[in-house]
Amino acid sequence: MGSAIIFWILATIAVVTAAMTVLNRNPVRGALMLVAHMLTLAVMYLTLSAQFVAAVQVIVYAGAIMVLVLFTIMLLNLGVTGGGIRSRGAGFVLAVIGALTLTLAMVGGSVWRHGLAPMKATAESLERGGTAQAIGYALYDPELPWLFPFEVISLLLLSAIVGALVLTRRRSE
Amino acid sequence: MTIPNVQIGPLDLVTVLPYLSLAIMFGIVLAVVPLLTWFERVVLGLFHDRPGPNRVGPRGILQPIADGIKLFFKEDILPTSVDRRIYYLAPVLALMPPLASCAVIPITELRIRMADGTIRTLPMVAADVNIGVLWVFGLAALQVYGIVLGGWSSNNKYSLLGGLRSSAQSISYELAMSLTIVTAVLMAGSLSLVEIVQAQSGGIFSWNILRWFPLGLIAAIVYGISMVAETNRAPFDLPEAESELVAGFQTEYSSMKFAVFFMSEYASMVVVSAMATVLWLGGWQAPAPGLTIIPGVVWFFGKIALIIFTYVWVRATLPRFRYDALMRFGWKRLFPVALAVLMLGAVVDAYYTSPTAKSAIPAKPERPKPNMMGAEGAG
Amino acid sequence: MILPVPTAHYMALSVLIFCCGAFGVATRRNPIVMLMCIELMLNAANLGFVALGRHFGDTGGQMLAIFVMAVAAGEVAIGLAIIVALFRTRETIDVDRVDSLRL
Repeated sequence: MGSAIIFWILATIAVVTAAMTVLNRNPVRGALMLVAHMLTLAVMYLTLSAQFVAAVQVIVYAGAIMVLVLFTIMLLNLGVTGGGIRSRGAGFVLAVIGALTLTLAMVGGSVWRHGLAPMKATAESLERGGTAQAIGYALYDPELPWLFPFEVISLLLLSAIVGALVLTRRRSE
Repeated sequence: MTIPNVQIGPLDLVTVLPYLSLAIMFGIVLAVVPLLTWFERVVLGLFHDRPGPNRVGPRGILQPIADGIKLFFKEDILPTSVDRRIYYLAPVLALMPPLASCAVIPITELRIRMADGTIRTLPMVAADVNIGVLWVFGLAALQVYGIVLGGWSSNNKYSLLGGLRSSAQSISYELAMSLTIVTAVLMAGSLSLVEIVQAQSGGIFSWNILRWFPLGLIAAIVYGISMVAETNRAPFDLPEAESELVAGFQTEYSSMKFAVFFMSEYASMVVVSAMATVLWLGGWQAPAPGLTIIPGVVWFFGKIALIIFTYVWVRATLPRFRYDALMRFGWKRLFPVALAVLMLGAVVDAYYTSPTAKSAIPAKPERPKPNMMGAEGAG
Repeated sequence: MILPVPTAHYMALSVLIFCCGAFGVATRRNPIVMLMCIELMLNAANLGFVALGRHFGDTGGQMLAIFVMAVAAGEVAIGLAIIVALFRTRETIDVDRVDSLRL
């Protein structure tokens, strides 16, 4: 019962902050709302017994990505003149209808109608499945498919670094 | 030293211990802030060869109280063009992370005699979680928001520049800091701060700073430098550089809001010093087996005091960095050194923990049951 | 095993957040906000992965979430670099006015 209440509180905060991120005219406030949203999701991962993912969520998303986004907003000084929602006319209505249809289709189609496959979680997987140790052993286990993607990610990040440097380099005349 | 499991009302000591530890750590971090400002002035006075505070009370010890009263009664100015909500939120965001970090930092270890005569050894910590290091990581990453938002919401170009500098600096030095912390984690083989300290028992030569010599020493020095940069203290105090940015992000803050920023700076100093103690200087462990007669609390806080003295010493000795020099130093010196130390450390660790070598680190723990879909799909 | 909160609830929440993000990408003009909305969608997908991972007692869900975060970090770095470069050359970052490739 307690965890259900926690879920509903967290879910409310998550949806409200997500909506505020989208609707806020001021990009800095939007970014702040997104940080709050990410921290809420981190707590939600804790309730899903995924402690390591929760920690990574805080460190990577809230600590690095959003600081970078805020940095850029401040660097370009977009604080007040961010521009709001695009055309208020037909396009706007269309977007609302589209988002609602998408929601209904995804919820109705995948979960509400057919339900999920039978659960395979065990008490042990619930208790220990999300520790850093379990994640580490699964990540580097040669019998599981995660090792190769993990190595590829390092290449991807390297190319992202180089790409960002090349894109923002000032041409020296 | 063994303490009996005393009853406190309906509860016994073992039950109360986590709450007690949290209260102590919280109290220390908050109460030590005024004391630290006094300590810093006295030590700076010594370095500058001048008297330092000597007006309010003996040796100026009451100066912090006078300062507090003054700040409390100052007019709380709200500049007209600030973004009000964020302006109010920023000092709170700055103070929250150091206080929340207190929850996982172990103060000492207590030997408690239970009612039936058995002796239990318990760490004095609010929450001995198995991701303690990650918790501190995450909060340290959130630390920057207070300064950045304070700088932005003030709507002042100097404040904005201070906030920008702070975010860039914090992202850059966090990398080196994290890598050295990972080295310490590698040495202990655990992410729990209690276990990291326990792995350093047995005198000064098993402390992480002297482990895998000289790797531990280099990593500790890199941690020390980036710790100063992370807390925005001289010589890395560019976000608030008063001679170029007229106090940077703090320019528009007055009265208690300014005081909260001030407190957050000192509180985070205490917290990163406590982390340095836990990671490198053996936490509550005595430097020699014969010295265990002195309780661990004394060692723990003594080491923190030593690190904070070094903080002030560095501030009195080194001039402020130029901004490009700061970035270059962080990215081109500190980061590669930390990376190299981590890689070498991993090699050493692999050597010690390989099945053929005798190992002080416990063998690979039992693997968690992998009942995963991936195993079926991998073949 | 009965979970206190059924996985379907987490999935529904994930869908809701995803649609918030999709709506934002469709309607906002500021590319930084659009980038944030993409992050919102990725976050929603992560929530779904982790919830399903718990449902099936599988570490794979969390693994995917971690990979998504790594990719998101790279994506944001590139995205912000593009925005900064755009701002330098065009003095505006309104996506409706960056249309020199339009026919």
